[in-house]
Amino acid sequence: MPEGLRVVAPGVSSTLQDAGRPGYLRYGISGSGAMDPDLLALANGLVGNPLDAAVIEMAMVGPTLVCETEACRVALAGAPFAMSLNGRALDPFTAHDLRRGDRLVLGGPRQGLRACLAVAGGFAVAPMLGSVATHTRTRLGGLDGNPLAAGDLLPLAAPAPRDRPLTLPPPHRPTFGGPIRVVLGPQADGFTEDGLRTFLSEPYTLTARADRMGCHLDGPPIAHADGFNIVSDGIVNGSIQVPGHGRPLILLADRHTTGGYPKIATVISADLGRLAQVRPGETIRFAAVAVAEAQAIARAARLGLAARLAALVPAGGGDLDSTFLLSCNLVGGVVSARAPDPAP
Amino acid sequence: MSEPGYRLLDCGDRALTVELSRAVDPTVNAQVIALDAALRGAGRPGLLETVPTYRSLLVLYDPDLLPRDDLVALIAAHWPPPDGAAAALRRWRVPVHYGDAHGADLADLAAGAGLSPEEVVALHAGRDYRVYMIGFAPGFAYLGGLDPRLHASRRTDPRPKTPAGSVSIGGNQTGVSPPLELPSGWQLIGRTPARSYDPARAEPFLFAAGDLIRFEPIDRAAFDALSEAARAGETVATLEQIDA
Repeated sequence: MPEGLRVVAPGVSSTLQDAGRPGYLRYGISGSGAMDPDLLALANGLVGNPLDAAVIEMAMVGPTLVCETEACRVALAGAPFAMSLNGRALDPFTAHDLRRGDRLVLGGPRQGLRACLAVAGGFAVAPMLGSVATHTRTRLGGLDGNPLAAGDLLPLAAPAPRDRPLTLPPPHRPTFGGPIRVVLGPQADGFTEDGLRTFLSEPYTLTARADRMGCHLDGPPIAHADGFNIVSDGIVNGSIQVPGHGRPLILLADRHTTGGYPKIATVISADLGRLAQVRPGETIRFAAVAVAEAQAIARAARLGLAARLAALVPAGGGDLDSTFLLSCNLVGGVVSARAPDPAP
Repeated sequence: MSEPGYRLLDCGDRALTVELSRAVDPTVNAQVIALDAALRGAGRPGLLETVPTYRSLLVLYDPDLLPRDDLVALIAAHWPPPDGAAAALRRWRVPVHYGDAHGADLADLAAGAGLSPEEVVALHAGRDYRVYMIGFAPGFAYLGGLDPRLHASRRTDPRPKTPAGSVSIGGNQTGVSPPLELPSGWQLIGRTPARSYDPARAEPFLFAAGDLIRFEPIDRAAFDALSEAARAGETVATLEQIDA
């Protein structure tokens, strides 16, 4: 009998994702990969995996999984999804061990939209074009290019580890929200001054047309300077197109590789993860930064992630103490935070 | 200082577009492809990926390994790219079954152009096209060099799904679909059994920007036989090396 994690219910949009499929944009293949790379790293860090191992990325409502192997260890990083093991509520950002027959139910998040579930040792799924990242439109990655479906068995690459599971103490857990920062261009000159002002000053609401490919926004129309057709050129993760109706469309991990609408701006790489947590119906505001500033923000974000990974500690026993200790530690600054000694 | 002949347009903090022109032009496209080859050939750490398009080159970079100023200098150092680098080195001969169920718009397109369907096929198949870029979908080849008599506007009502391997015309362009059912507003004139994209094949992609493509008409029986061979992993299209 094959063993692994059985998908009882897939949730709304659950796919296997890793760090993505670089190198094939020139052939029309999207990069794909986790919508929030920091969550990919944190989920994997919690179970002792390489930080880019494939995880289950979920949105809106997570999957229900049954352990059909002797034991495995899982951890959830991301929006606060309701999570339970055989009916008992579990803490996110903490690794948990499952035994054969255990039922892990991931509901919906109180806030935010997406999370990553990692399994210690990773999934035994063959990469396609160098990656396990699922791209459903081209049937790449995952299980035969498909999102998780009821009945799927996800084979695991290794048995559950025996050391103590890790947790990320609450003060170190990422929070979401705030403006989405952008670098203007590459076609900012395709818009009037009024159009640019509208884009940077007005709130925009995520519509229901939002998925891993991109999200359509609703709000005051942005005025083009001279038409809305350009000769198709390359698109990156975070490119903001403005089609003829004047409302922005942000292209994301699973986007087309080229497109023919003018791009007013690009979401900075450090804010793509926060953008991935915005739900349909919620509003965002855009703020412009210079390229050099965006690159400095990205470097700071990487230090922040390193600090979070360094803050992972064994779970269980004296939760209150470690929370207290870590909140003291936070005063010293997140960037320099290190895991405190659990026992003096 | 003279105009460098391109504009640099930032695409966020990890990419920039080298824009050579805003229009479609075979000379510009050849320069894009030559610049692409030159930059890739430079082998600089931190230059992650490049995407040649009709008239621009998208360059993805890691600013920690390749600071933006160094990338800008690298591009300047390779401008203008050598003419010879743009010469096509290979030509694909791609079998196409034109018309009937495989080219739903062939008759209408022919009528609109004042030609017979046979004349359309002869004009479409009788010349080399250059792959201007691959985009929109895996392996979808945008081809330049369509006979002006065959220019035809896109459909007002795009189809949500077109057959895998469709050969179609949109405006002054023609294109070949990968073996995926893509949404498209282009006019369908034929289908190729060749699979320009197959992740299970040792060489997943047939065409690259800068290649030449020549279509060769086949009949339905040949289409069916070649389709079967293609599904089994055969390339079906024939590759010719061209002496530089």
